[in-house]
Amino acid sequence: MTRPRRDPDLVRAYVVTGGVLRPSRDVGLVTLLVAQDVPGQGLAPEQRRVLGVCSRHGALSIAEIAAHLDLPPSVVTILAAALMDSGHLAVPTPVADVPDIDVLKEVLRGLRQLV
Amino acid sequence: MGSANLSEVAYLPGTVTRSVKLLVAGHFGAGKTTFVGSVSEIRPLRTEEPITEASVGVDDLAGLPRKASTTVAMDFGRRTFGGVALYLFGTPGQQRFLPMWDELARGAVGALVLVDTRRLDHSDEILSAVEKRGLPYTVAVNEFDGARRYPSEEIRQALDLAPSTPLTVCDARDQASSAKALIVLVEHLTSRPETLA
Repeated sequence: MTRPRRDPDLVRAYVVTGGVLRPSRDVGLVTLLVAQDVPGQGLAPEQRRVLGVCSRHGALSIAEIAAHLDLPPSVVTILAAALMDSGHLAVPTPVADVPDIDVLKEVLRGLRQLV
Repeated sequence: MGSANLSEVAYLPGTVTRSVKLLVAGHFGAGKTTFVGSVSEIRPLRTEEPITEASVGVDDLAGLPRKASTTVAMDFGRRTFGGVALYLFGTPGQQRFLPMWDELARGAVGALVLVDTRRLDHSDEILSAVEKRGLPYTVAVNEFDGARRYPSEEIRQALDLAPSTPLTVCDARDQASSAKALIVLVEHLTSRPETLA
């Protein structure tokens, strides 16, 4: 039985990230990102694609970026972490440091309005 | 694979700075995607992660373990409440994806386990997978049309639920009903002393 020696999807993911296998920072599927006012010259094409879907005016999560670009979340995580390192992307700044329990309570209030 | 169609991208309002991740778990056909869609403010999106999994068989000729490549697809939705974006991730229920759950559970604060009473026995491995990751959870019976209704005590027994695990019913197609099931989950999360830490 013949079969490809390597999984082309996995090889592709490796190439897209420039050979980086792990993100440089702790970002997850629901990490929110906004674009920063930093010129995007010199970025790799896939980094430009990630930056291109982000906005300065409203955040998107890593999962949304991955879905819109049709890229695996693991790849977007690595690309986005590098773009955060270079200052092109940032997490939105909260007005105040809200404890996690208050975040959940805000969700609870909102859900109750749907009932 | 082209570029994203930016007109389809729903950016969060500038006031949103926090996010919450919940899993909607359940066996195949339990109604996860329907549930996510009924609460989501955006058309549910899908991510696909290629993985290589060792298959159970061995290569006939070489006698070596064979690896197969596959894709783990996840449908998710989003709902904004004030300064918070709630993300609901439908997690793949197939048994061969259960090892992927370490990654799926990362950053999740809890899980809603959807159950179809016609396939209660299929929920065991889902409940084990959730429990193994230490994720707090509640169970919601998705009441399918024409499915027999059982007393909650019978369902609890069949699923071997701890007395402290909330059990509720919902119609995953209905936004208010799905929201009620999520309220039970989030109330459960906020009542746990660990969450307050």
